Amino acid sequence: MDETQNVKIQVRGLSKVFGKHPKKALELRDQGLKRPDILEKTGQTLGLSNIDFDVYEGELLVIMGLSGSGKSTLIRCLNRLIDTTEGEIVIDGENIPTLSDKALLECRRRHFSMVFQNFALFPHRTVQKNAEFGLEIRGISKSERYKVARNSLSQVGLDGWEDAYPNQLSGGMQQRVGLARALANDASVLLMDEAFSALDPLIRKDMQQELMQLQAETQKTTVFITHDLDEALSIGDRIVLLKDGEIVQIGTPEEVLTNPADDYVRRFIEGVDMSRILTAENAMRPVRSTARESDGPRTALHKMRENSIDSIYVLSRDRKLLGLLEVDAAKQAADQGADTILDYMTQDFRRVQPDEPLQNLFALFSEKSFPIAVEDANQRLLGVVVKGAVLDELARAGDQ
Amino acid sequence: MDIVRIPLGAWIEGGLDWLTSEYSVVTRGISHFTKAGINTLNDGLMWLPEWALLAIIVLLCWRISSYRLGIGAALGLALIWNLGLWDPMIETLTLVVIATLVAVIIALPVGITAALSERLYRLIMPILDFMQTMPAFVYLIPAIPFFGIGSVSAIFATVIFSMPPAIRFTTLGIRQVPVDLIEAADAYGATKRQKLFKVQLPLSLPTLMAGINQTIMLALSMVVIAAMIGADGLGSEVWRAIQRLRPGDGFEAGIAVVILAMILDRLTQSLSRSRS
Repeated sequence: MDETQNVKIQVRGLSKVFGKHPKKALELRDQGLKRPDILEKTGQTLGLSNIDFDVYEGELLVIMGLSGSGKSTLIRCLNRLIDTTEGEIVIDGENIPTLSDKALLECRRRHFSMVFQNFALFPHRTVQKNAEFGLEIRGISKSERYKVARNSLSQVGLDGWEDAYPNQLSGGMQQRVGLARALANDASVLLMDEAFSALDPLIRKDMQQELMQLQAETQKTTVFITHDLDEALSIGDRIVLLKDGEIVQIGTPEEVLTNPADDYVRRFIEGVDMSRILTAENAMRPVRSTARESDGPRTALHKMRENSIDSIYVLSRDRKLLGLLEVDAAKQAADQGADTILDYMTQDFRRVQPDEPLQNLFALFSEKSFPIAVEDANQRLLGVVVKGAVLDELARAGDQ
Repeated sequence: MDIVRIPLGAWIEGGLDWLTSEYSVVTRGISHFTKAGINTLNDGLMWLPEWALLAIIVLLCWRISSYRLGIGAALGLALIWNLGLWDPMIETLTLVVIATLVAVIIALPVGITAALSERLYRLIMPILDFMQTMPAFVYLIPAIPFFGIGSVSAIFATVIFSMPPAIRFTTLGIRQVPVDLIEAADAYGATKRQKLFKVQLPLSLPTLMAGINQTIMLALSMVVIAAMIGADGLGSEVWRAIQRLRPGDGFEAGIAVVILAMILDRLTQSLSRSRS
């Protein structure tokens, strides 16, 4: 990132102690004790310690750490859902920890929208009313908020679902509502707390790409929390690596990959060397749903909808891989009244053999989100490899 | 050495006497007001011909719940009418409605505050335990010096006896709202008031309705007992049957209470279900 970029949020010396005697814990911290010792001596948990970082205007900053690293605490300190123990969080000249209750409400309304891991949608409100929530709280007029919320729902691809209730939606769609609720609010910073962690891998991939696209269009400052290195590397402009409540490294994905700050970071990255002996077979997953060559376009569409995917592999009777059918093509086929899908398939995807080194797969992931098909010598489909799986496999190999 | 007996009863009596004399203006005011309410509702319901009220209740049962409850209500009410217990039934219904209204009006704000304040919660829970476990008859005794013999005393005792579940369920309902939804409301800058009316209350509505259902049931049982201090209605029919040793009359009135209870219960239950 460019050094001259405007700083949106400045975090300095931020610490958080959970417990009744935070002073004691901080004293011990200053004497150089670490989290487990402090817990043992005082019964206080040092959640965050001396956190310094900046969030630049318009960037997508990922805060990455394993569970217990303090990342959820950190994001909640930013909008003061959790009170800090010491330190400054300055946004547009306002120091959040010292704001009065009233000023805090105003600050939250103006500056922060939040998307939650478990969606946190209001079950008694329709999708539309959920998206309107932030605007309603701010006292925006009915007609205005209807328009804005509708617009953001259509931005996340939920046209036609306005009157549904959250429990009628799949997980991925629910999180789209969560995202629409945040976008409608038009606050200056978007906080995303493990927003995609509860989604299954394929949908997650889609959501990541949509988020990146949205973020590129709107240039909204975004703070994204995750425990998943792959997610951090693929969406982050910069990454803040957190461990045991302290920052281990801040840098762009390239910097983190090429120049890990310490063993903790290296352990994530190390797997890359192991990749030569790992093959596609290791990272391969079974295909959830396939279409048969005899299927009509409507059947194929139905299968895609059932599994929340937007492309499906088409197999012949003896499981030979014939091609890939995308949802748009299937729709077109259905509209044109075609009774076979074979003319609408694409060959624009990668096929590999099971013994293909994992290293080589990296290069094969194109901008499109299609998984790579793994097939045997007889062109029979064995499984698919998604990008996340490759990195997971590498990380696991690195652990061993 | 003899241990002196603690004069707990004398203290309570002293306190009640003091309350009665000091607040006679207040109690008389309440008494007057309540009596007016009872009379108005009673006269209103009695002014309607039996068949008309029956039709209204049956229609309500059918629309809110099911045609099966409608048929049941029609048969049950027709039986009450046939047994000549229509007027006592109306009197009982009036007492239940008014007692429930008063109980809910008090219980809602108390329950909400208790849900939001840990301190008040700790203060109120033992009081509720006291109110619920104290034998119901005991409330009848101080009611008499406060409000005299009759329906107002019955309402007073009934309100005290039937209010706890409404408070408890309100508190429970609000406390059960998932933390992440509260967090979401906070994150978007909702004030306490907005949080209460836009998130906490709507989400606790089913629980709240269950509490009101409980209150109605308790009120009905208490209103019957209150016949002992001169409350009109089905209870006084039972009471008279006891005094004259006429089990047949007693059971007739008792069955009428059961019918009324079932209609009220099913009706409020389906009301709470349709809201959830």
